[in-house]
Amino acid sequence: MITNRGEVLDKINNEQLKKDITSFRVGDTIKVHFKIIEGKRERIQLFEGIVIGMNGSGIRKTVTVRKISSNIGVERIFPIHSQKIDKIEVSRLGKVRRAKLYYLRDRVGKSAQVKRKDDKK
Amino acid sequence: MSIGLIGRKIGMTQVFDENGSVIPVTLIEAGPCYVLENKTVEKNGYQSVLIGFQDRFKNVRKPQKGFYDKIKVFPKKHLKEFRLNDNSNYNIGDQIRADIFSAGEFIDVTALTKGRGFQGVIKRHNQSRGPMTHGSRYHRRPGSMGACADPSRVFKGKNLPGHMGMEQRTMQRIKVVDVRLDDNLILIKGSIPGFNNGIVYIRKTIKK
Repeated sequence: MITNRGEVLDKINNEQLKKDITSFRVGDTIKVHFKIIEGKRERIQLFEGIVIGMNGSGIRKTVTVRKISSNIGVERIFPIHSQKIDKIEVSRLGKVRRAKLYYLRDRVGKSAQVKRKDDKK
Repeated sequence: MSIGLIGRKIGMTQVFDENGSVIPVTLIEAGPCYVLENKTVEKNGYQSVLIGFQDRFKNVRKPQKGFYDKIKVFPKKHLKEFRLNDNSNYNIGDQIRADIFSAGEFIDVTALTKGRGFQGVIKRHNQSRGPMTHGSRYHRRPGSMGACADPSRVFKGKNLPGHMGMEQRTMQRIKVVDVRLDDNLILIKGSIPGFNNGIVYIRKTIKK
């Protein structure tokens, strides 16, 4: 008989967690390599953009990535523990003061950029 | 008809399928259940199997104690009868576990819905409210009771306020995502009625 419900839920969740996830923060520019299945073939597609928010924790954790593709803003939400995501690379560290960068949606051009984090300081 | 199980709702979480897509799942502690009685055509007029779930340590009444002593099974908290066409495979004291279901199968889940207490017609029957302003004086009321001197009564079935929830409901054709026999767990897709820790009855779906 199960006495502790939380333990059971944790067990199911923990066995699905990925252990080797690259750490990144909101404001960073990341490259998400995710698998696409076309019929029988599987290939990897890249999605590079700014992390404008992270939601959830544990197995439910998702990350919202925004990029400008041919002058149109594109956002994708990735569940980071999904097997569909092959790996995540950080290509640029950003310096921001907010947890959610939704203000970038209203901006275009230079004002839609995030300051680069200066590692030396 | 086939045999089912008594279970307990553990809670909800999510799992990834083989493609990496998210599936919302409900965890059910399914069994182990024990066969308590085989009802037969000769004795009872129909065939069924009575199973019990979870040990009852306290307050076992004397008549019940006599019954359990006779079949030499520890008293059980929750009982359920499943009608079968052939119950000759089941013996008293047999364990029935979650392996009677398998991943990819469809099941029906019966449980009591969450009780919501005394509710008005808007929540209980999905009616709309009147305007809150402009002197309407008709906000969340149940509407007209019917016609006048003829029939001079309210028709049966008129939607009115009253107790809501705590009713037995069956969800049909729910997919089994995974069965974990070691933990007596069944993972099913989507939600089911009732609170966490609530007792649920699961059996193979009657819909094909």
